[in-house]
Amino acid sequence: MKKSDTIAAIATAMAGSGIGIIRVSGEDAFKTVERVFRPKKAGKRLSEEETYTIHYGNIVDGDEILDEVIVLLMKGPHSYTAEDTVEIDCHGGVYVMKRILELVIREGARAAEPGEFTKRAFLNGRIDLSQAEAVMDVIQAKNEYALKSSVRQLRGSVLRRIREIREQVIYEIAFIESALDDPEHVSLDGYPERLLEKVDNLIKRTEDLLISADQGRILKEGVRTVIVGKPNAGKSSLLNALAGDERAIVTEIAGTTRDMLEEQIRIRGLILNIVDTAGIRKTEDVVERIGVDRAKESLKDADLVLYVVDSSTGLDENDREIRSLLEGQRVIALLNKTDLPAVTDARTMNRFFSGPLVCISAKEESGFDAFADLLEEMFLGGKIASNDEVVLTNVRHKAAMKEAGESLRKVRESIELGMPEDFFSIDLTDAYEALGRILGESMGEDLVNEIFSKFCTGK
Amino acid sequence: MPFVEEYTDVVVVGAGHAGCEAALACARLGLETAVFTVSVDSIALMPCNPNIGGSSKGHLVRELDALGGEMGKVIDRTFIQSKMLNRSKGPAVHSLRAQADKAEYSRAMRMVLEETEHLQIVQAEVTEILVRDGQATGVRLYSGAVYHAKAVILCTGTYLKARCIYGDVSMHTGPNGLQAANHLTDSLKSLGIEMYRFKTGTPARIDGRTIDYSKMEEQFGDQRVVPFSFTTDPETVQIPQASCWLTYTNEKTHDIIRSSLDRSPLYSGEIEGTGPRYCPSIEDKVVRFSDKNRHQVFIEPEGRYTSEMYVGGMSSSLPEDVQHEMYHSVPGLEHAKIVRNAYAIEYDCINPRQLCPTLEFKKIRGLFSGGQFNGSSGYEEAACQGLVAGINASMELLGKEQIIIDRSQGYIGVLIDDLVTKENREPYRMMTSRSEYRLLLRQDNADQRLTPLGYQVGLISRERYQKLMEKKERIQKEKTRLEKTMAGANAAVQQFLEKHGSMSLKTAASLAEILRRPEIRYEYLAEIDPDRPDLPLEVTEQVEIAIKYDGYIRRQLKQVEQFQKLEQKRIPEDLNYEEIGSLRLEAVQKLKLCKPVSIGQASRISGVSPADIAVLLVYLEQKRGQEHGV
Repeated sequence: MKKSDTIAAIATAMAGSGIGIIRVSGEDAFKTVERVFRPKKAGKRLSEEETYTIHYGNIVDGDEILDEVIVLLMKGPHSYTAEDTVEIDCHGGVYVMKRILELVIREGARAAEPGEFTKRAFLNGRIDLSQAEAVMDVIQAKNEYALKSSVRQLRGSVLRRIREIREQVIYEIAFIESALDDPEHVSLDGYPERLLEKVDNLIKRTEDLLISADQGRILKEGVRTVIVGKPNAGKSSLLNALAGDERAIVTEIAGTTRDMLEEQIRIRGLILNIVDTAGIRKTEDVVERIGVDRAKESLKDADLVLYVVDSSTGLDENDREIRSLLEGQRVIALLNKTDLPAVTDARTMNRFFSGPLVCISAKEESGFDAFADLLEEMFLGGKIASNDEVVLTNVRHKAAMKEAGESLRKVRESIELGMPEDFFSIDLTDAYEALGRILGESMGEDLVNEIFSKFCTGK
Repeated sequence: MPFVEEYTDVVVVGAGHAGCEAALACARLGLETAVFTVSVDSIALMPCNPNIGGSSKGHLVRELDALGGEMGKVIDRTFIQSKMLNRSKGPAVHSLRAQADKAEYSRAMRMVLEETEHLQIVQAEVTEILVRDGQATGVRLYSGAVYHAKAVILCTGTYLKARCIYGDVSMHTGPNGLQAANHLTDSLKSLGIEMYRFKTGTPARIDGRTIDYSKMEEQFGDQRVVPFSFTTDPETVQIPQASCWLTYTNEKTHDIIRSSLDRSPLYSGEIEGTGPRYCPSIEDKVVRFSDKNRHQVFIEPEGRYTSEMYVGGMSSSLPEDVQHEMYHSVPGLEHAKIVRNAYAIEYDCINPRQLCPTLEFKKIRGLFSGGQFNGSSGYEEAACQGLVAGINASMELLGKEQIIIDRSQGYIGVLIDDLVTKENREPYRMMTSRSEYRLLLRQDNADQRLTPLGYQVGLISRERYQKLMEKKERIQKEKTRLEKTMAGANAAVQQFLEKHGSMSLKTAASLAEILRRPEIRYEYLAEIDPDRPDLPLEVTEQVEIAIKYDGYIRRQLKQVEQFQKLEQKRIPEDLNYEEIGSLRLEAVQKLKLCKPVSIGQASRISGVSPADIAVLLVYLEQKRGQEHGV
């Protein structure tokens, strides 16, 4: 097997159903996955397991369980790429697959170039020479597609913002370089302080773009929504009512290993991916306890919690239990069954719970508009009008943006350490290149052109 | 008609900075060498600025010296002021620059040539390159004489169809009024060589006796001068130095220029050549940077035995009367007498992408070239190419492997790779920012990087090589010692750290770890390092840099590893790019034009995408497999 760095990508089409496969290939494939995989059965380390074995367990990010998966190990040369390869079969869901991919990248793998698995398979002799042409076509086609789609994804304000950051970065490099090139013409006195300020600003801007990446994810993939409430608060009927609405599209993804139901509902251009949990109440019963634990688990990475309260009954100890679970979450309380005589009214509820409240009746389908208004305000901010305003969503883009941010942080570190100015330009250049990868542009002659056009040097 | 007919191994055309190095390299490697010049009195002439070195150019001279070139040694004997630029910045950008005594430099270099065995100087104009079956076989002179040779190295500088211009005055001469070479271009064109026309320029020279220095700032050389050559004893360069002077242009100067722009041959279209952006004429600066209300002007001596002064920063091709008015508007130059006018010069050069990285023409075996003829600018850039062309012509004749210095080995590699790979439409100047691995390519370690190669080709003596090996060993030993020697968190150490404004230690640390702190220098460490061996500066300096910048250096070493993988993937010369269906059309065209020798070189051609490179890799693998019958 040839020595090679480790690459990772989502291998199955990014559809929202079925099983998703994340493929990791390269020298450190086993070790990389080992760091994020927690087997159900305690045993050997993944890197010590036999080839062609299957392992069942969880993909974890620290203590957080991302998904329950099956991991398939293939040692090179007997794999598609002829390198050590791991395939992680997860439950699909675009969001989960992306998180797992990001996690693997964080652990040292590199996001694969389009067509790179095929290229490796060929270069490592796994694909017949006679198929070389097909392989070349695949590489070229995949790259063209990736370039087109990524430019499409970047249309609008994000593209402009990335370009702005990049332009500022190269301006600073050019300034430093012109001073190094012609120290008698251009002075760097007091420059580190000025650069520090600028770099801080640039770091903030990369961070903002990364945050917007998460907003972009919400727009594209939907709001991870968890419904909680006491048993019989009307969660299911509410769900059905929302789903049954004409404007809604419903797909049902039955979690095979857990009894939580995931549904996708579209409300005014916003997708809610809804997880219905077992009703929460304090219990000694083991089976129910598991349900409660799972509900708690799914709350962890929720974007939104819908807390359903039965207005025809009183608040009790279970509600307090729920309320404590909801701390730090974005919650909309839905006071349901307003068609029945009220025991818990809006005033009581407002005293009990401080978040936004909507009175609703699943049966009479009332209050739905108020609910939709609230959602729109929360997630679309009343500002983002249409899907034109696409944000950073691509995993490769995000990885590159993170890298740019890290390089800029290194510049800050060098400034604070009092390093000489030429070191700043090393990390600034890395940031420039990372941002360029998002746009599909490389440095080339940019720097030399910038130096000559912006700074007057020379004999 | 009878004519002179001579036989030699190598012919070098031109005796400027490239030609001298090329001729010396060939002769020193034992080949009979004839070097041709239009004027023996102008060997190694510096027709423009009176300096050797400067940012990144200083690196080039060091590298040239490490390989066995001559420029560093000659300037060490003939400089009149020297400065290490960027001393306050990182070691990667420290750069040596010397003011030369131009006449002395030229004389000293000529003497080296004259004293070299196997080397013959001929004053004559070469008018034709003789080629048979794609192999260079010699040259014909204007007189009709023929010199048969096995290799020809073209170093014609700025002399091909040269034209000097200021205002509406235009003369068909080379620099300094020297005779131009007006015939060779046609011979080259008939050989199918693509030519470019470039332009550059020089400022006026002024009689120093007519300058009022009291209105200028004096610029001194360094207290302690560092020599260029690794072979020069530093004690021999501690000489009394000359001063330079700094003054500024002002709004009046700029007004004079602006109001005369219509008389500039640059703006009237009289000059067609492409000028360098990094070395703009003063009229260019005033137009392009109109927000600046002054520009620096450096007044630099041309030598010890002349009162002529060079006016750095004010090159121009404006008419004579405007020049006079313009120079006189500068403080200190009010009554200055002009000795030589400023002028622009146009000349023919080649599109250097017709060359292999060895500087041999792809289409004509045995024909090499270097210097401004290849589209570069600068004495140092020229000298380096001349040396590489000389070495490779020699290697070819001696039946040995030619050398390619890659981008990770030296600025020379960056220079040549850029020239032969990238589209370049102006005279190419070296800059440290052109190097990807700047931290590794320092001027202080040029000997470690390149002297082994110089030894391998035969330009470096065994003695010098062994001295280098000893130096490397001492560096390694001292580095290891610092890494292993621990300093406890005791009172003496804490006191030492406090004295130098450094944080106190929590637990014991190695001396190397302490040295990594930006505020701590190797020399300070002596206070807490009683067992330190007595080592020369050239060793301790290397130790300090290696330890201090270890993190960055390792990062670049890792990048070099990646780089070299692609560099080692060779592309066969006869590859038919049109056969590769999945390559984009643009890539096919660019690749056909450049004919890169490696995947690495291919990846640096603009217009060739990463996907094209992936396709190329797959294609080469397929070919390789088929050839091996897999």
